[in-house]
Amino acid sequence: MSLAQAPKLKPVLVTGIRSGGGMTYRLMEMGLIEGARVEVLGRAPLGDPLHVRLNDYELSLRADDAALVEITDL
Amino acid sequence: MKTDESSLAPNPDTSLEADPGEILLTVALIGNPNTGKTSLFNSLTGFRRHVANYPGVTVETASGPIKNVEPAMLLVDLPGTYSLAAISPDEMVVNDALHGRIAGLSRPDVILAIVDASNLHRNLYLVSQLLDLKLPLVIAVNMIDVAAKRGIELDCELLSARLGLPVIPVIATRENTIAPLRNALHQATLKHGAAEAVELPNEIAGEMTSFREHNPGLSPPEALRIIMERGGYAEKQFIACGGDLEQINESRRRMKEAGIDGPRLEVQTRYAWIHKILDGAVTRPKKPLVTWTDRIDRVLTHRVWGAICLLGVLYVMFEALFRFAGVVMDQIDCAFAALGELVAGWLPAGAVQSLAADGLIGGVGGVLVFLPQILLLFAFIAMLEDCGYMARAAYMNDRIMRVLGLSGRSFIPLLSGFACSVPAILGTRAIADRRERFVTIMIIPFISCSARLPVYVLLISAVVPSVKYLGGWLSLQALIMLGMYLVGVVAAIPAAFMLHKAAPAGPKPNFILELPSYKMPRLRAIWRRMYFAGREFIVRAGTIILAVNLCVWALGYFPHSETTRAAVVTRAAEQGWERERHESELAGAYIRDSYLGAVGRAIEPVVEPIGWDWRIGMAVAASFPAREVVVASLGTIYNLGAETDESSHSLTNAIRNARHDETGEKIFTIPVALSVMIFFALCAQCSGALVVIARETGSWKWAAVSFTGMTTLAYFAAWGAATLARACGL
Repeated sequence: MSLAQAPKLKPVLVTGIRSGGGMTYRLMEMGLIEGARVEVLGRAPLGDPLHVRLNDYELSLRADDAALVEITDL
Repeated sequence: MKTDESSLAPNPDTSLEADPGEILLTVALIGNPNTGKTSLFNSLTGFRRHVANYPGVTVETASGPIKNVEPAMLLVDLPGTYSLAAISPDEMVVNDALHGRIAGLSRPDVILAIVDASNLHRNLYLVSQLLDLKLPLVIAVNMIDVAAKRGIELDCELLSARLGLPVIPVIATRENTIAPLRNALHQATLKHGAAEAVELPNEIAGEMTSFREHNPGLSPPEALRIIMERGGYAEKQFIACGGDLEQINESRRRMKEAGIDGPRLEVQTRYAWIHKILDGAVTRPKKPLVTWTDRIDRVLTHRVWGAICLLGVLYVMFEALFRFAGVVMDQIDCAFAALGELVAGWLPAGAVQSLAADGLIGGVGGVLVFLPQILLLFAFIAMLEDCGYMARAAYMNDRIMRVLGLSGRSFIPLLSGFACSVPAILGTRAIADRRERFVTIMIIPFISCSARLPVYVLLISAVVPSVKYLGGWLSLQALIMLGMYLVGVVAAIPAAFMLHKAAPAGPKPNFILELPSYKMPRLRAIWRRMYFAGREFIVRAGTIILAVNLCVWALGYFPHSETTRAAVVTRAAEQGWERERHESELAGAYIRDSYLGAVGRAIEPVVEPIGWDWRIGMAVAASFPAREVVVASLGTIYNLGAETDESSHSLTNAIRNARHDETGEKIFTIPVALSVMIFFALCAQCSGALVVIARETGSWKWAAVSFTGMTTLAYFAAWGAATLARACGL
């Protein structure tokens, strides 16, 4: 399952991130790598982007980028 | 954006003149965004901030001497960044500064890295890259109080021992907590040698070494960034300096053949190191405590309530910009008009009187009139940014802005354009991505600003019949007004697409944005933003806008010949005009016979296809420096004297009854009025905006593109609208 499909308010574990251009590495540098805990806190009024809690901070990213992030239940 | 020659020289007035002999060492302040970097800078320097534009760098870099420290040190505040792998030019500035590649700014002797105590995990990523630089490094752990409230405990001594670096807990906003930091900076300057860097896997380290054998001038971290980021700024800079792309490709090929994804491996290695460093040094609650930010966000980023709150915030902002600033602007306008009359009374009639009253005082007033809106808009932007709401507004609007190929970050600047393009363009500085900032700057003038409103009001009330629909709920006049606002927005969409193609090459705007914790906005920070924005506008834009206004005054005043006067005097005597009629006819005759009038007649063949006569052409030409001038111009041309505003019934009537000289047909038919309004909606008739575009894009070329592009579009759209309206029998 990808982060774009993750249920709201349920912490999940990142198992991998597929390459999708330069921005993938920036997401990884910001902590979105294997083993990170992520929780989808909500979506913007038009359904995109996503608002997530990543480790100790909050981040907003587009659904297209979230689709590159593989997750599994904790 | 490219910088042109004019901005390549450092600003003489902002260069550091604090005794060159006294400042010995340079300390670079670096950290992630939202870590309280500016607060720490202010506490260390005591708010002594010199803002400088260094050669080739459009990002402002602030620096100031550190208070109470030995030896004397200069603190340089670098833009916030998450990584040294630069994906934007602003991030490259950080790299350039750290490697001493910015002329006028020496290579730092010490690095002061600020990290957020609540979020060490991500913040240490940048620290792990800074270790590669082999420079003395001091770490300030900021907001330990906030971390404690969130149940996060840090063992700074253990961290210090593991990193081999001074790790100093601080609360940047409280100056009394930073004394140990001064001491650590002092100690850092005495020590030689640096802490141990993160050990990169052999595959990467080997490539770095062999790459440096070919390019001995590069340091290991420089070489690393060049091979790692495909199409990144380090690579571009290397090639621009004569580096060989084939060498980079060879390194990348070898890594690929070895089955490794270099950048991915680097990130994984660094995070593995961070885990080891933090293990046991940081304890945090099993489940994150619910913070005030979480509670506030439940409402402010809620899909329904959040949208309503955003509309509320925008409503308050617009009310303030239109109503409050509008009142002050009217007062400035009146004050300058009164001053002009006063001065005119002192001086003998003639060119000097007109120059002083209309040209100079009118021109200065025309510049200062923007000031209330600029200050107020910047107060709002600074407040929304400082408290953390700006990131939420960007988050909620990202999907809408994607239609323009932009991201949520350009939402507030574009919206501010409805008030005034000038502060809106200055407000794009909050957009980190250059390409996105460029496109946003260029489409802001398409948004109908408040100066277009008088034109719409005048022509709609004069020409459009007051028909009501749906039992009086909907009026044709209001619909046309709404249409005028939509014209600009609709035109901005294809313009944005074309500008994306013309933009200096760069990655497509993306949207990965940290949503920082909410905090109370600092009044001092807001005040500083207002002060600098206001000062810069007056100094830079003021001089040029004034010059343009003076030119148009001269064109409208000269030759001011005796023959013109004599003709009016004769006609006045023949027809027995009263004094008032006489004066307004004279003012009209002077402007008709002026060079500006000649311009109007010269462009008549151009505007004729739209159905305009030379008088409209001239009024339009006269309003190029500032479009709101057109109302006064029309007043003068139709002989109503200078005292005219859009609500004066006499002007509405004069517009309604104006007729062609020869045919006696009405000039302002519905097609003509529509076409004039559409022309004003789309045309770049604002010297202020053009000057600011040139300044913010770093090139007059883009101001010229904006001017010619929008004027051409406005002309054809006006012609199209007039033709269509005539075809519909209006």
